[in-house]
Amino acid sequence: MPNIYIDGKKVEAKDGQTIIEAAFQNGINIPHFCWHPELSVSGNCRMCLVEVGMPKKFADGSIERDENGHFVVGYFPKLQIACSTQISDNMHVKTVSENAVKAQESVSEFILINHPLDCPICDEAGQCKLQEYAFNHSRGESRFEETKNHNVKRVSWGPNVIFDGERCITCSRCIRFSNEVANQEVLTFAQRGDKVTIQLFEGTQLDNPYSMNVIDICPVGALTSKDFRFKSRVWDMSFNESICNSCGKGCNIKVGVRNNEVLRIEPRPNHYVNNHWMCDYGRLNPIDKINEKRVLSPMVKVNGKLSDTTWDNAISTAIEKLKKFKPSEVMFVGSAFATNEDNYLYSKFVKTVFKSHNLDSFVYINESFADKKLRVSDKTPNSTGMKEIYGNTNTHGVEISLLKEKIDHHNIKAIYIIDDNFASKTDFIPYLDKLELVIVHSSNHNAVTDRAHIVFALSNFAENEGTITNINKRVQHFAPALTTKENLRFMGMKMSRLDKFGANNDRWTNHDTRDTKAIWSVIQKIANSFNANWSFSSVKDVFEDLTHHIESFKGMTYNSLKEYQGLVLGKGTNPDKKVKNYESHYMKP
Amino acid sequence: MNITKNTEAERLNFWERMYLPEIARGLGLTFRQMFKPSFVRQYPEEKWEPTGSYRGRPVLVAEGNDERCVACGLCARVCPALAIQVQASETLDLSKERFPVLFEINMLRCIYCGFCEEVCPEEAIIMSKDYELVFKSQKEAILGKEQLRVPVEQLQDRLEFLRQYR
Ligand code: SF4
Ligand code: SF4
Ligand code: SF4
Ligand code: SF4
Ligand code: FES
Repeated sequence: MPNIYIDGKKVEAKDGQTIIEAAFQNGINIPHFCWHPELSVSGNCRMCLVEVGMPKKFADGSIERDENGHFVVGYFPKLQIACSTQISDNMHVKTVSENAVKAQESVSEFILINHPLDCPICDEAGQCKLQEYAFNHSRGESRFEETKNHNVKRVSWGPNVIFDGERCITCSRCIRFSNEVANQEVLTFAQRGDKVTIQLFEGTQLDNPYSMNVIDICPVGALTSKDFRFKSRVWDMSFNESICNSCGKGCNIKVGVRNNEVLRIEPRPNHYVNNHWMCDYGRLNPIDKINEKRVLSPMVKVNGKLSDTTWDNAISTAIEKLKKFKPSEVMFVGSAFATNEDNYLYSKFVKTVFKSHNLDSFVYINESFADKKLRVSDKTPNSTGMKEIYGNTNTHGVEISLLKEKIDHHNIKAIYIIDDNFASKTDFIPYLDKLELVIVHSSNHNAVTDRAHIVFALSNFAENEGTITNINKRVQHFAPALTTKENLRFMGMKMSRLDKFGANNDRWTNHDTRDTKAIWSVIQKIANSFNANWSFSSVKDVFEDLTHHIESFKGMTYNSLKEYQGLVLGKGTNPDKKVKNYESHYMKP
Repeated sequence: MNITKNTEAERLNFWERMYLPEIARGLGLTFRQMFKPSFVRQYPEEKWEPTGSYRGRPVLVAEGNDERCVACGLCARVCPALAIQVQASETLDLSKERFPVLFEINMLRCIYCGFCEEVCPEEAIIMSKDYELVFKSQKEAILGKEQLRVPVEQLQDRLEFLRQYR
C-alpha cells in the first residue's frame, strides 16, 4: 500500500485512489464542490486545489534525502486538483499551505462573482456548501463591482424538481447523477464562459424515480423540491434518524420536522443499503399519511357508531370482548408494516397467552414498483423480520379464500388486526362486516377502521421507536421524529429550537400531540389481563427479550444496531465492516 | 459577631443626631420645588412623541399593498426571545420570489432589543415609536401581519435614523 504525506502527516492510501479520496478516508477534508464519492470525477469547480510534490531522485533512481534523512520534496510549480490527481508512493500534499489557501480563496471568489447575494431568500441557506465555504475558504469580501449576470429562474425540470440558474455553480453533479446513477440522460451543459448553465434536452424531463436526489447533492440552492420549497427554514426543523417504510429495502432516512409536523424526508447514507440515495416515492408518499387523516385517539363502537374514548376503556372493552371467544374463533392478522418488537410481542401473546394458531399476515407485492436500483417489489418494510419471528416460511401469507370460507361458516367470529389496511385486498374488506368483533390498531382512518368495533390509535413509524428487518435481512433501528403523548419524554430525540423553548402561549408550539400508542404497549396490557405477567417498560426491553428467544437476532442490541447502522440476521455479533460515510453538506447544529 | 466600632450612631455628629434640623432641610427642598415650573406630563391626554432613536414595538414596513419582507426568517432566527414566527410562500412575480403568508410577533415575548431590525436584509422590520401596548389576553398579544404593517411614510424618522447611525 502506498503511503502519502498530507500536510506532513503520513497516511495510508490505496492504489488508484485520488488525493481527495485518500484524505477523506483519513478524516482530512479538502474543500470541494463537484467531487462526490459515488459519481465520476469531473474536476470542473477547481475548489480542491492543493500543492503536490514528489521526493527528488538522483539520476540512478535513488531517493535524495537531507542530512536528517527526510525526503527532499520538489513541489510542482502549479497547483493540482485533489479530486482527479492519483496518488503515488511518497507523494507529498499540502492542503493548507499559503499557496493552496490562496488558490482556494481565489476560486471561491471566482465562483461568487456571478452568484447572487440571495441567501435570505434561498432555501438552501443554513445547509449550503457555498455558504459554508464562503465562511471558511474565502477572503470574506468581493472585489467584483460590475453587475452580476442574470439567468433563468424557477424552471421546472420535472414533476419534483425546480431549477434556479442564477444560483447554479455548474458543478455538474446533477448531470452526473442523472447519467450514472439514475440512468436518465436528459441534462447537459449549455452555453460557455460566464453564461454556462444546465439545461434539459429539448422535450425531455427529469422524471426518473430517483430525480430528487439531485436536490440533496446540489451543493447550492439551485435545485429545490416542488414539495418542500419555501415551507420552512432548515434551522427551525429537527432531523431524526429513521428508516423508510415504503418498501422492503429499508433506505436510511432523516425525517425533517417542524411544529410536530413532517415536512421533508431525505436520505441518510448507509453503504450497505442505499448508499446516498432514496427514491422519490419514499420521500413524498409518507408525508401525507403521517400528517393527515390520523386516528387521534382510541375509539369504541357504541350503538353502531365509533366514538372517541379513553385508553383504559378501549383496552378493557377489548379484553372483555376477546374473552368471549374460543382461541380458534379469533383470527389474528400480523403485519409486515409493524416493527420486529411489535410482531414479537403480538405473536408471543397469540401463541403462548391466547393459545391460538390463527396467526398470519397479508402480503403486499407490487412487481411494477421494483427496479434494479433500490426499489423492491415487497411493499412492506418488515416482511423478513416478521416471518423470522412468526417462524413461518410460507410466502403468500393469509389464504384469503380459506379465511372467507371460515368466516362464512362461523368458524372465525372475530379478527384482531395490527397495522394493516387491506389496501389492495378490497374484496376482503366487506367480510369484516360479517364478524362479531373487529379490533384494529390503525394510524389512519380507512375502510377497515370504519368497520371496526374497537380502534386503537397507532403511532406510525415517524412516532415510534423500534427495529425493522429489510429484504436483505438487515435489522435496522429507527427513532421517533414526532412526539406523541406516549413518547413525549423520549430520550435522545433531536428537537428544534422552537420545540425546546416553546411556551403555552406560542401559537407555533400549539400543535396537536396525538394520543397514539405503539402496538407492543397495548398488547402487553391485554396479555397481562390474561395473566401473562409481562413487565416490559420500553421497546428496548422487548427487543432484548426478542434477541434471547429468536435465534437469528442473538447478540443484537440497540446500541450495536445504531453503531453499525444495522446488523444482518444471524450475524448479531459479527457486524459488517464500518464504512466512513460521506455527507456533502447538511444542517450544522 | 456584633460590630461595635464605627457604627452609624458613632459616625453622626451632634446636629445630625438631633434629627430635627434634617427634617427642616428636607421640607425646605420640597417647598422650593413648589415654586419651580412643573414638568409633569398629563399622560394619556398629553402624549410623548419619541425621537427616531426610540425602540418601540417592531413593525413591518409596508409599501402600498406589499410589505418589503421576503420571509427569510432571519429575524425569527436572531430574536433572542423567540417572539417572531414567519411562514414563507412563493410569489407570482419572479424578482421577489417569496413573501410572508403569516407573520406574527408575540408581544409578550418581545424584549424590544431591535435585533430583528438589525438583521433584516430588506429593512422590512423596524422599531416604531409605538409604546402603548395593552392587551386583554395572551392571544391578543400575538400581532398578525395586518396589525404589524405600517406604511413607510409614517416611519421616516426611524429610517432616517438608521441611515445615519447604523
Ligand atoms: S445557494 Fe447558498 S450561497 Fe447561494 S444564495 Fe443560496 S444559500 Fe446563499
Ligand atoms: S444545479 Fe446544482 S448540482 Fe447541478 S450543476 Fe448546478 S450547482 Fe451543480
Ligand atoms: S425587538 Fe428583539 S425581542 Fe422583539 S421581536 Fe425583535 S428581535 Fe425579537
Ligand atoms: S428579516 Fe426582514 S425580510 Fe426577513 S423575515 Fe424578517 S422582516 Fe422579513
Ligand atoms: S472538487 Fe476537484 S475540481 Fe471540483
